[in-house]
Amino acid sequence: MIFYDEMYGLDAKQTKALAHYEAYQQWAKGYNADAMAHKRAQADAAFRQVGITFAVYGDDAGTERLIPFDLIPRIIPANEWATLQKGLIQRVQALNMFVHDVYHNQHIVKAGIVPAEQIYLNAQYRPQMQGVQVAGNNYCHISGVDIVRAGQGEFYVLEDNLRVPSGVSYMLEDRKMMMRLFPEAFSTMPIAPIEHYPDLLLQTLRESAPVGVDNPNVVVMTPGMYNSAYFEHAFLAQQMGVELVEGKDMFIDEGLLYMRTTQGPQRVDVIYRRIDDDFLDPLVFRADSNLGVPGLMSVVCAGRVTITNAVGTGVADDKSTYPFIPDVIKFYLNEEPILHNVPTYQCRKPADLSYVLANLKDLVVKEVHGAGGYGMLVGPASTQAQIEDFRARLLAKPGGYIAQPTLALSTCPTYVESGIAPRHIDLRPYVLCGKETRLVPGGLCRVALGEGSLVVNSSQGGGTKDTWVLEDTSIDSKEATSC
Amino acid sequence: MLSSTADHLFWMARYTERAENTARMLDIHLQSSLLAGGKSEDQRSRAARAMLTISELEPAYHEAHDAISSDSVLRFMVTDASNASSIYSALYAARENARAVRGALTTELWETVNVTWLELQERLANDAWMVDMPAFFEWVKHRAHLTRGVTSGTMPRDDAYRFVALGNALERADNVARLLDVKFFEGAAIEAQNWDAMVGPGEYYHWAAILRSVSGFEIYRKTYRDTITPARVAELLILRADMPRSLMAAMNALCNQLGRLSNKRSAQTIRQAGLLQAQIQFASIDDILQQGLHAYLTQFLERINVIGQGISQDFLAA
Repeated sequence: MIFYDEMYGLDAKQTKALAHYEAYQQWAKGYNADAMAHKRAQADAAFRQVGITFAVYGDDAGTERLIPFDLIPRIIPANEWATLQKGLIQRVQALNMFVHDVYHNQHIVKAGIVPAEQIYLNAQYRPQMQGVQVAGNNYCHISGVDIVRAGQGEFYVLEDNLRVPSGVSYMLEDRKMMMRLFPEAFSTMPIAPIEHYPDLLLQTLRESAPVGVDNPNVVVMTPGMYNSAYFEHAFLAQQMGVELVEGKDMFIDEGLLYMRTTQGPQRVDVIYRRIDDDFLDPLVFRADSNLGVPGLMSVVCAGRVTITNAVGTGVADDKSTYPFIPDVIKFYLNEEPILHNVPTYQCRKPADLSYVLANLKDLVVKEVHGAGGYGMLVGPASTQAQIEDFRARLLAKPGGYIAQPTLALSTCPTYVESGIAPRHIDLRPYVLCGKETRLVPGGLCRVALGEGSLVVNSSQGGGTKDTWVLEDTSIDSKEATSC
Repeated sequence: MLSSTADHLFWMARYTERAENTARMLDIHLQSSLLAGGKSEDQRSRAARAMLTISELEPAYHEAHDAISSDSVLRFMVTDASNASSIYSALYAARENARAVRGALTTELWETVNVTWLELQERLANDAWMVDMPAFFEWVKHRAHLTRGVTSGTMPRDDAYRFVALGNALERADNVARLLDVKFFEGAAIEAQNWDAMVGPGEYYHWAAILRSVSGFEIYRKTYRDTITPARVAELLILRADMPRSLMAAMNALCNQLGRLSNKRSAQTIRQAGLLQAQIQFASIDDILQQGLHAYLTQFLERINVIGQGISQDFLAA
């Protein structure tokens, strides 16, 4: 099987780099293997000192691991990025309109585009949000859309993450590390800056304040320091200069939300929550949650606090909703989707199910509500026993699964034990939607470090790379359009 | 600032200070047991027991150990994760508190605390610290110095800084009082309550070691330009405001920070702290010694404890 390589394209012998990697290759010649090994050791030590670690579920409690960081960047030329950016903005705008429609007029159901049961029987549908006005009709303030490249090099959207997408701190820290290790690379190549992401994020959050609040108090809400992404929560709060709060730091009085401070209660206007819907309010969702704030939803419904992303966006990024998104884009924007979906079999449909069961060894099967690379089957990489196990699960609950052809994900040269070898990668750009839709050029590039592995999730041993979007100095690239 | 953030900052500072003071206490224990021709095993284990008593750790120690020996007490106070006051536990707790609020710390400060924890694990691995214990205790002290220096050199002078300074001052007042209590207790037995007498050659090292443990030997020389007497040592370490690790200095720092942090609930705590400060400021060492040093320090520790609880209730309760 031939994979598209980010550096060499479809040249299987990998001799001549593509044009946008030429400057990099020229520059990288200045470093031999020893010099690179030294840089890698430097990067490891620095990540450990800064404490950029990550807890792995199912491991020994309290184990902190570094996410492997690869020194070879993924480079995206300006014209490709321009298309991606347009496609991402289009997609998030449509998703936002979709969520609003779901919780208000259901035009899309009435038009017969998305079946009612797909929405209202979805475990991610939140009846509490029905008819609730949110500031600016904005639901998806921060989206992390997973993009892969496959086949002859075309881009696909693999997943829309509209709940609490994580990883942006690694994007920023990876860049910081590359600039520290290779400062001269950034003065010789036109690499677009991304360091202003926290500024854009804060701006987005401030623009999302409830109507009538001019100088909002923005906070980041974390489930606490034992969460695997705690580093990121603390990092973003610090970078924005806002408080990092847990549920127990907040309370509700007379219909308003406050945080406890050393000088008494202080109003909270915007919550950037890094905690799932289920845990936000024990009076409405899971009663056993002690991570949330009792009564929080009542303040949300009264429009006195903005939660980002809004409660209930899961109905739009659910894997079973994903196959409808191209039609969703056409319906609301009357435009052709710029970014394509991966063809998807919906196992709830009998015809699709029987195809999937007959072709399990060639397909990737995913749990509809799974995340983090848990609960999925990669057919070609699985044993007969694993396949049979999934067959039984599929038959027991077909509606809980979707399947996709095993994509020939693109590769990028990566340092491995034996030297440099191609490894599969993906890309997660972060789309911010306030009064405008904005994104920084680039995203988190995840790399599957095992030979032939297609699972890039950090919980499954994936690593990261810095992503360089090259600026085209001849084109005045537009960074924002109205939302 | 958030009450819970203040709580973590306060305890980060307390545990850092505690690790340092434990290292100082162990260091003089080690020195005095090696010095002056060496003490008998019996004397050494008595001194080790006194350390446990004063840190209120005797019951915890006996849960895992039968006899008290100097070595096993040292190990208990340095590496034992089940002992919440060991250097290991204190630096772990300092780092976990810092990690919980790393966003409220400057990057330099967080990295300093984190590196201390990472290096500690290297130093404790395979009992490497036992090869040169004085060097290990010195390292703990230096990391605490560095943490304080980075705090003072990089943190903005806001409430976050003040809660760190407050935690430092409170823990220091507590720890120094305990150190004085245990060491004067040992010394007084030798000295038979003769506070004003010049110490004999046999006891000279004992008192010099106490002074050194609080970095006070040179300050003593400069301040008194005279021979060492237990009464003057007590005066220096309790009453002198210019001695940075004295109870007076710690109370001044504590009251200073508390006054700036005051809120609607804190009047009673501020009053108690101010009263204790004033009573030290206007005390004479003769009165204190007449009352009995042990009794004096015991009631000081009780009052410090009450002030600590007051701070928790007024500012840190979540």
